[in-house]
Amino acid sequence: MVPLLAATAPPPVPSSFSGGAEAIAVLVLLSEFAMLRAPLSRSQVRLYAFQSLAVTALAFFVAATQHVPELYALAGFSFLLKVVFVPGIVLRLLKDARVDLVASNRLGVATMVLLAIALSAFAFFVVGRLPVRSHSLPTPALGLAAAVILVAFLLVMLRSDVVSQAVGFFSLENGVSVASLVVAAGLPLIVEVAFLFDLLVAVVVFGVLMRVHHGRTQSLSTDVLDRLKG
Amino acid sequence: MGWDLLVITIAPFVVSLVCWWAPVALGRALTLASGLLSLGLALGLVTARTTTAAAGWLRVDALSVVFLVAVTFLYAATSIFAIGYVRPGGDGTVTTRYNRRFFAGLNLFAWAMAMAPLVNGLALLWVAIEVTTVVSALLVAIDGTDGATEAAWKYVLIASMGLGIALLATVVMYYAGSSVFGAVHELFYPKLLGSAARFPPEVVRLSFVLAVLGYGTKMGLVPVHTWLPDAHSEAPTPISALLSGSLLAVSFYAILRFYQIAQRAIGPTFPREVLLAFGLVSLAVAALYLARQRDMKRLLAYSSIEHMGILAIGMSFSAPIAVVGVLLHVLAHAAAKGTAFFGAGSMLRKFGTKDMTRLKGGVGALPFSGPMLVLAVLGLCAMPPFGMFRSEFLIVSGGLADRHDALVAVLVVLVLLATLGLTWFSTQTMLSPTAEGVLRGETSLWIVGSMVVGLVALAVLGVHPPGQLSDLLRRAAHELGSGA
Repeated sequence: MVPLLAATAPPPVPSSFSGGAEAIAVLVLLSEFAMLRAPLSRSQVRLYAFQSLAVTALAFFVAATQHVPELYALAGFSFLLKVVFVPGIVLRLLKDARVDLVASNRLGVATMVLLAIALSAFAFFVVGRLPVRSHSLPTPALGLAAAVILVAFLLVMLRSDVVSQAVGFFSLENGVSVASLVVAAGLPLIVEVAFLFDLLVAVVVFGVLMRVHHGRTQSLSTDVLDRLKG
Repeated sequence: MGWDLLVITIAPFVVSLVCWWAPVALGRALTLASGLLSLGLALGLVTARTTTAAAGWLRVDALSVVFLVAVTFLYAATSIFAIGYVRPGGDGTVTTRYNRRFFAGLNLFAWAMAMAPLVNGLALLWVAIEVTTVVSALLVAIDGTDGATEAAWKYVLIASMGLGIALLATVVMYYAGSSVFGAVHELFYPKLLGSAARFPPEVVRLSFVLAVLGYGTKMGLVPVHTWLPDAHSEAPTPISALLSGSLLAVSFYAILRFYQIAQRAIGPTFPREVLLAFGLVSLAVAALYLARQRDMKRLLAYSSIEHMGILAIGMSFSAPIAVVGVLLHVLAHAAAKGTAFFGAGSMLRKFGTKDMTRLKGGVGALPFSGPMLVLAVLGLCAMPPFGMFRSEFLIVSGGLADRHDALVAVLVVLVLLATLGLTWFSTQTMLSPTAEGVLRGETSLWIVGSMVVGLVALAVLGVHPPGQLSDLLRRAAHELGSGA
């Protein structure tokens, strides 16, 4: 049942490295928590940039320890796109919209954070039971990635403004990126680039729709989007 | 070999670029030409063996051809319809700029949907389906009304989150593959299928469930269907037809690719149970919601959820005849739902509303498209002699051959309930007396023509499907491992 990877894996990564990688993965999850509760849209976007930076650092880490030179290129792409370009676009939109604080919590902050903790624990322990062994990153990082994905869903569901919801989707993609670094570090470069290009296109579409939404309603709240039901 | 795949890969994309700057009339003509060309090439592939092109990144087998035919057929029919439906200078909303954007988007959307069955491997499949999301979200929003903006936002958000899960499914399947192929491989189908038996079963199981949940969001499986009725009802009608007839089918195709691998890795029982659960819930919810719809396009949207449920249930039967029925159902649904949306578009152009409580006397007002809309709705209810009668008959006989008698009874009752909801309002709308002052006459012959094409195809599928097509469906069912 143990995958062959375990047998073909290179010598174990030195423990200080793996400790560092785990710490970075924890930072990715913590920034997701911070996004969930951050009241200002602008700080949510900055937290997303920080989270993307942590994901990029993980990619560099895997590239260096596993000697996968393509991953350097990928980490570079993802830095430009997710740390510079995407946050830049959303911050510019916020500046143009002259809206920063959108009252959008559907639940109290404490309740949201407690829910997020419960979901993270669930993700961490369920994933821990899977027969997955990684040779690129410490395996617990997979549980952290799953937790990031679930908390991203909470962010989309519990905050009713377009910036939170878009940032929720972008950070979900960060969670999937971490998961793919853990279990699929060898994914061919062309495929990874296609993924990133898709994200780029999705960002543009989110940006266009956010602008249209703001243009029509003069607000960034999604509470007015209640005409279509049944 | 494989030049036909390359042409389908290039033609709609190039036409889309040309539509951005070309005169409107040229853009329309090229759209029609590209639609017919793609359909012709796809039909040429019906008898072909497995073909690859572009260094193995493009590949079609019988399963892909079934879906390619569904997509290109609707692409061709919709390009006929759109010429009559999107007319410059009609009511002031259709400007030259709108026209250019619309036809460029239409071609790009069709291109992305055709790419999904053409590409080789789970990774590029995901990329193609994500491209369909972003293109179609902009097309849903193109009318710029409050409803369209709301529908587009919900659609892009929910579908993208779903596809995030589908990406995770792809990554997990990559991990399953790397236990056999080592750390670097391309996720190509032949390799995955050849070695699936040696993949770690728990990992494949996880990947399959994530794939059904993720791609199921785009396919409209309950409970992750919530974007679907909004987007289908608020999009411009040609886009609604493509969303419903092709896009949902393409997402189903992605699930089938995971199914194909999963059933070789862990046996067919678990994947069938998962599909059965989603299918039953979808069919039941859609059958109940159909009865309370007042918006004509929303009614058709719920009918799509119903048919996606039938597809999922059909895949849960092990008899090969049921799988052949499922694949035929994909083709018949494309033809029937396309025609029904074209008819709804004709009504919308004539009366200026989709509210069925205010629409009266469709058959009286529209001498050709009115009766054809009634026929298309009957086709959607699986009445003979139309294709859906044959496909649902095959699915039900497959279920009976499998000794799933109780399940088949539930399936038939729910389909009848859905039929009731679908026919009740549509016949009231169509067959009631026409109000005073409504002039009898069609708004466009192009619309009538597109409906004729759809209905003829639907009738051919029902009365006597060509031998080569039946053979294709059998080969595709065999690729899906039916009878195993």
